[in-house]
Amino acid sequence: MAILVDEGSRVLVQGITGREGTFHTERMLAADTRIVAGVTPGKGGSTVHEVPVFGTVQEAVAATGADVAVAFVPARFAKAAALESADAGIRLAVLITEGIPVRDMVELTAELEGFGLDEIQRRALGRRDPDAADEPVASRGGMTLVGPNCPGVVSPGACNVGIMAADIFLPGGVGVVSRSGTLTYEIVGGLTRLGIGQSTCVGMGGDPVHGVGFLECLELFEADPQTEAVVLVGEIGGDDEERAAAYAAEHLTKPVVAYLAGFTAPPGKRMGHAGAIVSGAGGTAAAKAEALEAAGIPVARRPDEVPGLVAAALGR
Amino acid sequence: MDLFEWHGKRLFAAAGIPVPRGSVARTVDEACAAAATLGFPVVVKAQVLTGGRGKAGGVRTAGSTGELAAVARHILDLTIRGFAVDALLIEAALAIRHELYLAVTLDRRRRRPLLLISAEGGMDIEQVAREHPGSLFKAPLDPLLEPSQAVHDGAWEALSGAAAAARLDGRLRDDLVDLATAVYRLYRDHDATLIELNPLAVVEGDGDGDGHGVRLMALDAKVTVDDNALFRQPDLAAWRTGEDERERRAREAGVTYVTLDGDVGVIGNGAGLVMSTLDLIAAAGGRAANFCDIGGGARADQIAAALQIVTADERVRGLLVNVFGGITRGDEVARGLLAGLRQLSDRSLPMVVRLDGNNAAAGRALLAAERPGLAVMETPWDAVQRVVSLVAEG
Repeated sequence: MAILVDEGSRVLVQGITGREGTFHTERMLAADTRIVAGVTPGKGGSTVHEVPVFGTVQEAVAATGADVAVAFVPARFAKAAALESADAGIRLAVLITEGIPVRDMVELTAELEGFGLDEIQRRALGRRDPDAADEPVASRGGMTLVGPNCPGVVSPGACNVGIMAADIFLPGGVGVVSRSGTLTYEIVGGLTRLGIGQSTCVGMGGDPVHGVGFLECLELFEADPQTEAVVLVGEIGGDDEERAAAYAAEHLTKPVVAYLAGFTAPPGKRMGHAGAIVSGAGGTAAAKAEALEAAGIPVARRPDEVPGLVAAALGR
Repeated sequence: MDLFEWHGKRLFAAAGIPVPRGSVARTVDEACAAAATLGFPVVVKAQVLTGGRGKAGGVRTAGSTGELAAVARHILDLTIRGFAVDALLIEAALAIRHELYLAVTLDRRRRRPLLLISAEGGMDIEQVAREHPGSLFKAPLDPLLEPSQAVHDGAWEALSGAAAAARLDGRLRDDLVDLATAVYRLYRDHDATLIELNPLAVVEGDGDGDGHGVRLMALDAKVTVDDNALFRQPDLAAWRTGEDERERRAREAGVTYVTLDGDVGVIGNGAGLVMSTLDLIAAAGGRAANFCDIGGGARADQIAAALQIVTADERVRGLLVNVFGGITRGDEVARGLLAGLRQLSDRSLPMVVRLDGNNAAAGRALLAAERPGLAVMETPWDAVQRVVSLVAEG
């Protein structure tokens, strides 16, 4: 098992005929991902790397039973692309696109809501029966969102959805959830070198308004039998880390190790990611570290300390 | 992107949010000319993109041309929290009865716009929350509704509560609802992430010359616009401010650059990795001169642009390039780096490259073969310690 995606996931690529979409489709296929369809408006009937292309998500889902969508679409079309997936009954949408306006994300997440956290998780854990693809699928409220401005989701050896390089990962028992793509590489690379594999690595993205976050992933990892420990990679801005700390203290039995970036970031400056900004007294790395440590979660001071902390937590 | 107060007030006026009569001045003469139109007394306000200008002496009143000339000269010579003052807003001074606070901002946790209203304003909102917790009302707004409906459904109680706490009469309470609606409509239509009116004042007299008596007026305007939405806000994009020369060049080259105050130049791929590198530099006893993210792909042209921009900063006394190759393999990164170095002017700086990830060994070998003097390391911590000690040695 894993969380969010596994070998049973039937993946659809939105924007498959674009440069990024075509390039990453080839890579994802090479990592044994089951890509069943691509979608580009007006390009139905063609193929990309032997993957059939449809004009709409609805047609693609009806013909192939796709249940996961990964979007490589320009920022200005991203909200519409995600809503199209939701309306077509996609279970999980991964939005790679960077630079989506906040207002679009606010409206998109509002459209996808109308249900509580429990429902997000129930849907995320559930799986649609691919043989029942033409069954009428419920509302927009059924879709789980990962991203945007994220590198995707990898369940090593089973499914790679997004833009992360498969070679760095190793199948195993550590769940990773991160706001940063290259820090995920950095930390996963270290784990893999020590022979510590990963169950699923979730790039939740660097935007202030996003889909699943630390909290949802912690709950999914806790319920996942393959996952033995969780690594949380945070950064300045917002309070996702603080809420995750409170949640972990209350609900998690599995060990959690954290790393945070941005201790020395000056207030009021946006550090690359749209969501990485210390505003007023809120969002500092120091406050996040304090909250995590108060919840019994060790916070590595350098990325290369994470694998050792994980090994210690696993008793290796 | 933050807007200057006078830009914000232009948006306010166009959106029907009352603001004092005023105009912008860049010289003492312009200030005096503005006052001649407005009539004395006037308020003189430094136009800087930082808070705390009142405490720094950047907001003063003047009752005569002589006084105004002195005040304007003084404020134009100020530097407030590192920002030089190069413009003033000259406004008609008003008799203020009461100050409230009104803002619409993004509630990241709820993923919704949040309306904040307080019967007590004129101080920073953290202080309001601390000292007058009962007077601060928060109302999440439904982003899928029309602004008037969203404010009516989501913020009616908050606005009524604040109006009662501020003892506003029925007409001013209705005005407050209209004004809050106009603020939220402006926030939504202009892709703002923050609009703050602090203070929102109850003023006497015809502040904008339309003959009204007691009325509500925005005495300050703080507006932050979503950078990601500037493609559809061309009028606001033309007001882009707050960037220095290097930050502007970087943006045009597709590289993210933020000026910091140290002497170690930093280039890396990915925002998180670069932030982490800055932390490591501090842990090793150094100070980073900048944040520079060439993006996850680490393309050759972006590496070259980043090298140009970072090394053009004469404060930089050493350079660290920290790249973890993912999809872009280490040998491609090395080729991009070498191409960039070849384009670089003759400025010689101590330089350390850390290259890891896919095919990194091949990349490191390429670098060592063409640039034998270059320190090429495998781990970030080794690389950081090396560059910090090279800079310390001078």
